[in-house]
Amino acid sequence: MDTVTDALLLAVILINFYALGTSRLLACIKAAALQGALLALLPLTMHGLAWHTLVLGAEALLFKGVCIPLLLRHAIRETRIRRELEPLIGYVPTQALGVLLTACSFVFAERLPLAAAQHAFLLVPTALATMFAGFLLLTTRRKAITQVVGYLVLENGIFLFGVLLSRAMPFMVEAGVLLDLLVGVFVMGIVMRQIGREFSTLNTRRLSALKE
Amino acid sequence: MLLALILLPLAGAALALALPRPRARAWLLPACGAAHLALCVLVLRTPPQATPWLGLDALARLVLPVTSVLFLACALYAVDYLHLPTGRFTPFNRGSDRVMVPCLLLFLAAMTLAVAARHLGLLWIAVEATTIVSAPLISHNRNAFSIEATWKYLLICSVGIALAMLGLLFTAYAALGPGEQATLQFDALLRQAPQLSRPWLRAGFVFLLVGFGTKMGLAPLHTWKPDAYGEAPGLVGALLAGGLTSVACLAILRGVQLMAGAGDGPLARHALLALGLLSLVLAAAFMVRQPDIKRLLAYSSVEHMGILAVGVGVGGLAAYGAMLHLVNNALTKGSLFLAAGNIQRAYASKRLSEVRGAMAALPVSGGLFLAGFLAITGSPPFGPFLSEFTILRGMFGAGSHAVAALVLAVLAVVFLGMGATVLQAVQGEPPTLCEEFRNGCRDSLLLAAPPLVLLLLVLGLGLWLPEPLQRALRDAAALLEVTP
Repeated sequence: MDTVTDALLLAVILINFYALGTSRLLACIKAAALQGALLALLPLTMHGLAWHTLVLGAEALLFKGVCIPLLLRHAIRETRIRRELEPLIGYVPTQALGVLLTACSFVFAERLPLAAAQHAFLLVPTALATMFAGFLLLTTRRKAITQVVGYLVLENGIFLFGVLLSRAMPFMVEAGVLLDLLVGVFVMGIVMRQIGREFSTLNTRRLSALKE
Repeated sequence: MLLALILLPLAGAALALALPRPRARAWLLPACGAAHLALCVLVLRTPPQATPWLGLDALARLVLPVTSVLFLACALYAVDYLHLPTGRFTPFNRGSDRVMVPCLLLFLAAMTLAVAARHLGLLWIAVEATTIVSAPLISHNRNAFSIEATWKYLLICSVGIALAMLGLLFTAYAALGPGEQATLQFDALLRQAPQLSRPWLRAGFVFLLVGFGTKMGLAPLHTWKPDAYGEAPGLVGALLAGGLTSVACLAILRGVQLMAGAGDGPLARHALLALGLLSLVLAAAFMVRQPDIKRLLAYSSVEHMGILAVGVGVGGLAAYGAMLHLVNNALTKGSLFLAAGNIQRAYASKRLSEVRGAMAALPVSGGLFLAGFLAITGSPPFGPFLSEFTILRGMFGAGSHAVAALVLAVLAVVFLGMGATVLQAVQGEPPTLCEEFRNGCRDSLLLAAPPLVLLLLVLGLGLWLPEPLQRALRDAAALLEVTP
């Protein structure tokens, strides 16, 4: 199963680059959805078929791959926004930064005192690279929706790390964590609708009245 | 028993959604708050058997009653607050009580769960839940400012909490030795603490500190705080500044407990000390000439989180003082935010350009605001004086003279800076208030009594510390000092 795991992880990294480089919001949401769906397969390929991994995978697939993307699509359909215009840093530079940070993650992961050598060696660097990609999206984009996608990608990276430790997390806790994520994005969707109504844009640059 | 304490507000929230009449919904809040407090007293008198999931240790026994008392005060205040007229001229209270009442109750449930959790994963879920359910509370006023504040709060805290999850995973990884099962059950982790892998534990603590520190509002992670506290209704500000920060502080102290158990206590303390001092200095800088009374209180909250962190960072007697300060800060901030909310409504503003002569216009709320300012800046005979004095004594006792001198200097700056703003707001002739506010926003019993009672409690704590509380404080401080 290790080759499948590695293929999945490579796909996750490629999706990071795609999300960093695209300007279309819908494509960005779809990328995050696909990434979430791929991650949902990882517990199965790494820990084998078991009741725990099966339910966890199914839940992750449902929440990360289906529910959250639907929520976000609903949000952009209502506000009629299609593209991320004028990001803080352009697409090509962010993509280049993403590549650089991914390379750094691989170098850094080499030096980490990893306890269990039996795990797929790509996992930790992929987790780090995905978290960095999430941070880049969060900080360089101005549309509220892209920031949420960045948050999702960041969560995906943390989920990757969590797969290493799925035994430390009892099933109830895993379920609770995913549910929190879902409800969190739901509430963000509501606030986005309020932003859209009040400011008639989802550009967070307009959200700058509060300062010293 | 403990489960009942968490399920009670949950049931209340469900009931609130079902109740058709707004008045009944509003009265549900103090009913649940009172029942929660009664159950809380019962639980503290006969501690229930701890399970792997829920249990009350000394730290939890300290934070739980504080949260409960604060919530009851805010719940009573909410009854009249939700009944206030919402008109064209009122830029507040435009949200629906159908959202606010259930969210307040869910917030109480989440805070209780976070305090009682013995599994770090459960603790995380509860803290994240507090973020989610408090977001609609912050945007209650439904104007451009409150929506902006909510967005910042939601995004910054969600990312912070995500980092805390990473910290938890690192901590679990530290327990993943040869032949060991990784776990996040806190008692099991504490038992294994000396064997935990050091680098992973340290990395885990740093991320926990950053993650929960964002929620607690330690500088430089405090940026959401002035906005959220400034734009949220007064009673929500009181709950956030008094309740949520204490809960987040508890989550950080769990990390400190683990580090101390592993023999890495000094590192954890130094990290807290550094963040605490930074919070003190930054908060003081923004409090001087602050023209907005609620943002002023928010920066004061950052300052007091800094004092807590510094107290725990120095350790010993100062840690005991910090535990006492946690109680004092929560109650005083509750009183201040409720009073500030009353003032803001009467003037339809929270800026010094409009707010003047609050003492004459609103004798009770204005007076409370002034007294609360004296209390929070550490004037005798209020409680914070005692706790800050204890922390300072602890510092001199531990030989950290430079830190003590810096803290003293910052406290002096804060006193002067905060005093300038508060005195301008309460003294002088009030401008003629618009008739609508005059009628709608007098100090009614339920809007004035809760902050008054909270402040009297703070005064009482300054004059006399009951023996059970002293014991709870000593036990809580002792938990942080464990050495392997």
